[in-house]
Amino acid sequence: MEFPEELKYTEDHEWLLVEDDVVTVGITDFAQDSLGDVVFVELPEVGRQFEAGKPFGVVESVKAVSDVYAPISGEVVEINEELPDAPEVLNTSPYEDAWMVKLRISDAQELEGLMDADAYRTFVEEQE
Amino acid sequence: MLKTTPLNQVHKDLGARMVEFGGWQMPVQYRGVIEEHQAVRNAAGLFDVSHMGEIEVKGQGALAYLQELTINDVSRLENGQVQYTAMCYPTGGVVDDLTLYRFNGEHFMLCVNAANTEKDFVWMEEVREDGDFGDLTLRDVSEEFALLALQGPAAQVILERLTDTNLDAIRFYHFYEGLVAEVPTIISRTGYTGESGFELYFTPSFAEKIWNALFEVGSRDGLAAVGLGARDTLRLEMKYPLYGHELSPEITPLEAGLGWVTKLDKGNFIGRDVLMRMKEQGVPRRLGAFKMTEPGVPRAEYPVFADGEQVGYVTSGTMSPTLREGIGLALVKSDFAAIGTRLQIGIRSRRAAAEVVKPPFVRR
Repeated sequence: MEFPEELKYTEDHEWLLVEDDVVTVGITDFAQDSLGDVVFVELPEVGRQFEAGKPFGVVESVKAVSDVYAPISGEVVEINEELPDAPEVLNTSPYEDAWMVKLRISDAQELEGLMDADAYRTFVEEQE
Repeated sequence: MLKTTPLNQVHKDLGARMVEFGGWQMPVQYRGVIEEHQAVRNAAGLFDVSHMGEIEVKGQGALAYLQELTINDVSRLENGQVQYTAMCYPTGGVVDDLTLYRFNGEHFMLCVNAANTEKDFVWMEEVREDGDFGDLTLRDVSEEFALLALQGPAAQVILERLTDTNLDAIRFYHFYEGLVAEVPTIISRTGYTGESGFELYFTPSFAEKIWNALFEVGSRDGLAAVGLGARDTLRLEMKYPLYGHELSPEITPLEAGLGWVTKLDKGNFIGRDVLMRMKEQGVPRRLGAFKMTEPGVPRAEYPVFADGEQVGYVTSGTMSPTLREGIGLALVKSDFAAIGTRLQIGIRSRRAAAEVVKPPFVRR
């Protein structure tokens, strides 16, 4: 299981890549592995605002439906438009090709509550 | 405390994800539902379905008893033949669906759903006590059998390597008591996938031996271990009902599309009066097979709409691994079950378009 060092993580198994005032968000390797074969992805429209902790998208495996939560508050500035047509990429490349949305950060202080790679690895180990 | 099959440790060693199903700890997937699904469609898959229940019915009264208990016509069954059937309550609702094996006129076996085994046995005892069937014994023999399903286009060539039984001589929905890897086995040409294949019943202590022997001779043909996840997508592509979804005490076999096994003219049986009346007056709801025509994955209990009104609900749904489209079964008002009917499925906050299609979803 991979835990890239440059990313931040949430307890809902999302990852964030922070670049200036924009974060790229996706689901972690652990999340995709728990879900199994992903067959459907629903993403929000560009321009929508989300509060931290609110669902912004949905990932469905053959067996289950899972919400994906906004890890921080912000406005959607870009979505991965290729992902709904190739949801299986979430299983094969969760940290790169299967990024889901980019959010413009509303409140940079919210970033402080996130885990780094080591903390998230420990969190995942406690789950198993 | 969950019940386990004799292969529990074998599944864990293979890295299976284990889940609770009907009181049993069972493998839901090994390498991935889609890969396992495709192995069964293209090569062969091996399923541990030892959680299924087996109930033996013996005695001179067995035939008359089973005619009263089940909806299909047991008198048509020959020695060595299997029949798909169901038991109903007097209300017409379904106690369970099952396969019925005839060894001889005084010896039958029912294979029932795992979660229903106890309930079924209690019901069967009740029916026996209410009637006068003379010499009749019922026995829950579930613990005397492990059950493996070997399914897929390569199933027969694989099994042939482990048995002297002439498998060509076993017709669809027939069985033969032979040897598999030298183990006495009921070899039944039945299954729940739509593929050709066999179900193998034998003494549980031999489960690991037969499982391993099948992989030894079957790996080169692409034999894969298959979990309950793919078992569900495979049966759904064929529109086979699953108890608890398409069948329940609140759903009659006529509504669930089991009119073909409901033999109203065979003589009396439990539930017949209600089912006769329902057939005469018109079946109010029917099970429709539908495909999504807009993106989305239908799921059990999602509402189904037509002309802006709710007309039913989804009983089972998934993304079909074969078609790569959302497919499902829905219990809807009969007017909306005709092939070609346009429906909307309530998926979260939106309504996605779907169309009733002719089953099965996948033709074999």
